[in-house]
Amino acid sequence: MNKLAVSNLDLYYGENHALKDISINIPSRQVTALIGPSGCGKSTLLRTLNRMNDLVAGVKISGTVAFEGEDIYADIDVKQLRMRVGMVFQKPNPFPMSIYENIAFGLKAQGVKDKAVLDKVVEDSLRGAALWDEVKDRLNSPAFGLSGGQQQRLCIARAIAMEPEVILMDEPTSALDPIATHKIEELMDELRKKFTIVIVTHSMNQAKRISDRTAFFWMGELIEQGETHQVFNHPQDSRTRGYVSGEFG
Amino acid sequence: MSQYIDPKTSLARQRKDKLLYKAVWGAAAITILFLLWVVWHILSNGLSHVSWEFITGAYTRIGEASGIWAMIVSTIYMVLLSLAFAAPIGIMTAIYLTEYAKLGSKMVQVIRFCTESLAGIPSIVYGLFGMTFFVTTLGLGFSILSGALTLAMLILPVIIRTTEEALIAVSMSYREGGYALGCSKIYTIWRLILPSALPGIVTSIILSTGRVIGESAPVFLTAGMVTQIPESVLESGRTLTVHLYKLTQELFTQYEWDQAYATATVLIVLILFLNLATKVIATKLNKSA
Repeated sequence: MNKLAVSNLDLYYGENHALKDISINIPSRQVTALIGPSGCGKSTLLRTLNRMNDLVAGVKISGTVAFEGEDIYADIDVKQLRMRVGMVFQKPNPFPMSIYENIAFGLKAQGVKDKAVLDKVVEDSLRGAALWDEVKDRLNSPAFGLSGGQQQRLCIARAIAMEPEVILMDEPTSALDPIATHKIEELMDELRKKFTIVIVTHSMNQAKRISDRTAFFWMGELIEQGETHQVFNHPQDSRTRGYVSGEFG
Repeated sequence: MSQYIDPKTSLARQRKDKLLYKAVWGAAAITILFLLWVVWHILSNGLSHVSWEFITGAYTRIGEASGIWAMIVSTIYMVLLSLAFAAPIGIMTAIYLTEYAKLGSKMVQVIRFCTESLAGIPSIVYGLFGMTFFVTTLGLGFSILSGALTLAMLILPVIIRTTEEALIAVSMSYREGGYALGCSKIYTIWRLILPSALPGIVTSIILSTGRVIGESAPVFLTAGMVTQIPESVLESGRTLTVHLYKLTQELFTQYEWDQAYATATVLIVLILFLNLATKVIATKLNKSA
């Protein structure tokens, strides 16, 4: 079953045609990796899936993005959409507050005040992000005191606290060291059981290790998509072959 | 050393470097020296005449009492009231400009132009306007209220500009993080952006406080010079700076000189204290963030 279905999507940043006639289905509870060289449009596509591109001035979009069959660019509540389609960014962006308040932030914004509920969600989310054991004794200390890898897992915990159906990850490990990266990848293996994950990555090894499906982008076009092993072992297009074999990119 | 470098020019270059270094060092030294000189001059002439009676005492024109308590109270009223008008409007305008208005839109350009023009107007012009409009047309009379409204206009550009800068400096990643969680714009601004910008906003408020304390002409043109503690905002009051101005108009005896220097001393200490407070608060808020 497809969680997200993108069809004939074109996106312009002003004059720049950043995405060209993209059609891709994101199946439920799988990890879909978007790969390709810098500037190929993979992050842009990711940001259309929860309408984060709305924040950029001068963006024009045509085509449809359906989430559970509903067009998200039709007249819908963007806040609702973003609660159901969470996002983790390239650089860990904890808020300038305590670990606890970071996790509770999204729920508090929706008016959840019950301390018992918040306590439970904070614990569950931190456990879900494999961070609980490391921070349970200092929930009230500032999130900035955490290491980079911990901060990123905190951001994942903050996203899953909203119980989204989809988590979008924009190169979540590119600012992390190999050990922290390994932890996040392990975590993603757990997360796929509950969430649909779309990840943009620069690391082909990462895509190979963690994703079920892979889509290769090249200058705004979606060149090839399919099962990850298929795309990596038997690429159909010469550009895909060149990229996954490390000839360019 | 590269063969293209002529040892002679190289030596000349070094001398030039030394000279330039001495020039900038000298300029910095002169600045600090002047500041210290002014402060020392005021304090050495005034401090010995500042006493508990002087600070808390009443004032009479004829000279049997020279306390400045009424002026201190008027100054505090003036600061609080003008900030009560200007701070909310200024901060909200800055929020509009940075968070809502489209970058480079007509509206933003108009507001920017207005604030910049407002900032450039000599303060006595504000005084004249306040005297005509608030005092006479609105019938508020020479009062703390008229003065505070006039000063509010005067400090509005300062508050808008500094708050704007503080908001712009808040990392875009907080906004993205907030929106990505499905938070509304206003919630994200209120709970995430504003708290992060707080050190800058506090700085802008304290800068404005300094401005309000420092002004004289627009104040006596609108709030008058009555040397009693105003019982309501509709009564006239004399701020410390206006008092000093008034004292310097009639310097005939040593006693009057002493009073002027003592008042100046209180003012300088107040301003130094405010600047120090800005530093402390800004660092504290930065640390807790």
